[in-house]
Amino acid sequence: MGARVRSAVGAGMRGLLLAAVGLAGSITLFVLSVVSLVLIVVGIGALTTPWILTLVRHWANWRRVAAAEWCGVRIPAAYRPFPDDLRGGIVGQLERCRLMLGDPATWRDLRWLLADMTAGFVTALLPATLILYPLEGYALAAGLWRVFTDGSRVGWWYGFVPISGEGSALLAALLATALLATGLRTAPALLRVHFLLTRSVLAPADGELAERVRVLTETRRDAVDTSAAELRRIERDLHDGAQARIVAMGMDLGTIEALVEKDPAKAKELLARARQSSADALTELRDLVRGIHPPVLAERGLGDAVKALALRLPVATEVEVEQAGRAEAPVESAAYFAISEALTNAVKHAGADRIWVDISHTDGHLRIAVTDNGRGGAVLRDGGGLGGVERRLATFDGVLAVSSPAGGPTMVTMEIPCV
Amino acid sequence: MRVVLAEDLFLLRDGLVRMLEAYDFEIAAAVESGPELTKALAELAPDVAVVDVRLPPSHTDEGLQCALAARRARPGLPVLVLSQHVEQLYARELLADGNGGVGYLLKDRVFDAEQFVDAVRRVAAGGTAMDPVVIQQLLARRAVREPLGGLTPRELEVLELMAQGRSNAAIAAQLVVTERAIAKHTSNIFTKLDLAISDDDNRRVLAVLAYLDRAL
Repeated sequence: MGARVRSAVGAGMRGLLLAAVGLAGSITLFVLSVVSLVLIVVGIGALTTPWILTLVRHWANWRRVAAAEWCGVRIPAAYRPFPDDLRGGIVGQLERCRLMLGDPATWRDLRWLLADMTAGFVTALLPATLILYPLEGYALAAGLWRVFTDGSRVGWWYGFVPISGEGSALLAALLATALLATGLRTAPALLRVHFLLTRSVLAPADGELAERVRVLTETRRDAVDTSAAELRRIERDLHDGAQARIVAMGMDLGTIEALVEKDPAKAKELLARARQSSADALTELRDLVRGIHPPVLAERGLGDAVKALALRLPVATEVEVEQAGRAEAPVESAAYFAISEALTNAVKHAGADRIWVDISHTDGHLRIAVTDNGRGGAVLRDGGGLGGVERRLATFDGVLAVSSPAGGPTMVTMEIPCV
Repeated sequence: MRVVLAEDLFLLRDGLVRMLEAYDFEIAAAVESGPELTKALAELAPDVAVVDVRLPPSHTDEGLQCALAARRARPGLPVLVLSQHVEQLYARELLADGNGGVGYLLKDRVFDAEQFVDAVRRVAAGGTAMDPVVIQQLLARRAVREPLGGLTPRELEVLELMAQGRSNAAIAAQLVVTERAIAKHTSNIFTKLDLAISDDDNRRVLAVLAYLDRAL
């Protein structure tokens, strides 16, 4: 019973917040958007529109988060990403304006603002009303009716009950009880209705599939690019490193063969050099192998590979692993390199003296958190190390989030679905 | 001295057999997989086992696991583990039981036959042979966190060789000084690091490794 009351009252309060803030915000943003769009004709609008529309997107995203957190309603966001090579300054702003106006998601947002300030407002207010309005009924019954009437005439209406004295005030309390009972039963469901309405306006029509295709296309391209770059790097390292050393070794051995009877001392010297060459070639190959697929990962799996990695760091690192079994090799590999990148960042830039890595593999998701107690201020930039990791994880539908307030602590969380 | 050897690559196995025989070891068995190794260790009771970490059929750390299991069945069974890469994680697992008679080396160390054979003998005698790379990693981490108790550079060199499991005589030979000088260095090191002095080589190594590993 207590839980039901709590969730109903919570839904009521949230409904009230949504109704009040939503109405104000949506009206403001809609007006600003319309004004800005109209001003495109005179030019100034082209500069302001991207800002306003970005604000609208943030606003819509806040609602998406609320929908998922409060009612479990997932509303996909399908904004087209800007190209990486977007220029800065006025030219970039104009380009941004053009791209945003060409994105159907923008127009869906504007349509939603209209829906939100009308139907959205009503549906959000309903659960709030059912929870809060009964309070007035009880207050009237408790004696508040005396403020409105001396008992000889109708001085106030509570719903459809005319208040004209103690008797009718008690009737108001009865109605309040009925409303409250309804509210306690239905408030969470009504709030959900509000979000379902939001979803029906905001979610792309057949967008989910189209969006999925777009994301897959993009991540596939990234994956292909990354692996091609990796192969080029490996080829170059082998060609200039180990391969060259082994060639030199072969030459030395040939020379030794010729010298072994004529000049044993010289031959001995060359033998030492050949041995050194082979040792160097091995060291290089070992480093290269570590970069392709760390041996511990092959031998022991993700948990122990990260533990071994932690032991090589100059910063005290605790690794906690809760794994029910092993993820697939490609996922493990991506996760390992992602963790490795996060740890490298923490050691290099954060100035941390403690790092914690938590790995858990539950209900089909691999969840990883890398936390350090350093100075914070880490950002997720395209082209930065973590940006690269994010793209790499995207290939597996994985996500990466960085929380790094100035002054720390920094927490990098990753989540990869393992189907 | 009877050796059981486990290495899956024929060339390396053959090379190791030749080398060990050249140094008068008796090869009790040269096997190429985990199950065969387990069987050989149980039946032949060798004086020392030389084992590759990665063995078929699983190609994971099967060799290491077989060696650890055999040491649980027969505590102190001397095992020298070889690998293409060295990890502190594995070194700790080998050292964990504190019985000594363990070695953990990069495969490259066989290039220097003298040193390698010395490591095999040391392990067979119940001593320790840790790869310099493992020790350097430990020292490097330690040095980042706090300077090593005000050791002189020379003492650091001695500490590194001591942690690998070398005897005083071997350290003296390597650094070209008298054994007495090394004895003086080691007692200084133990005083500065506040460790109990012990004449037993193996216990000495474990104490040093435990110290390097402390609070990490």
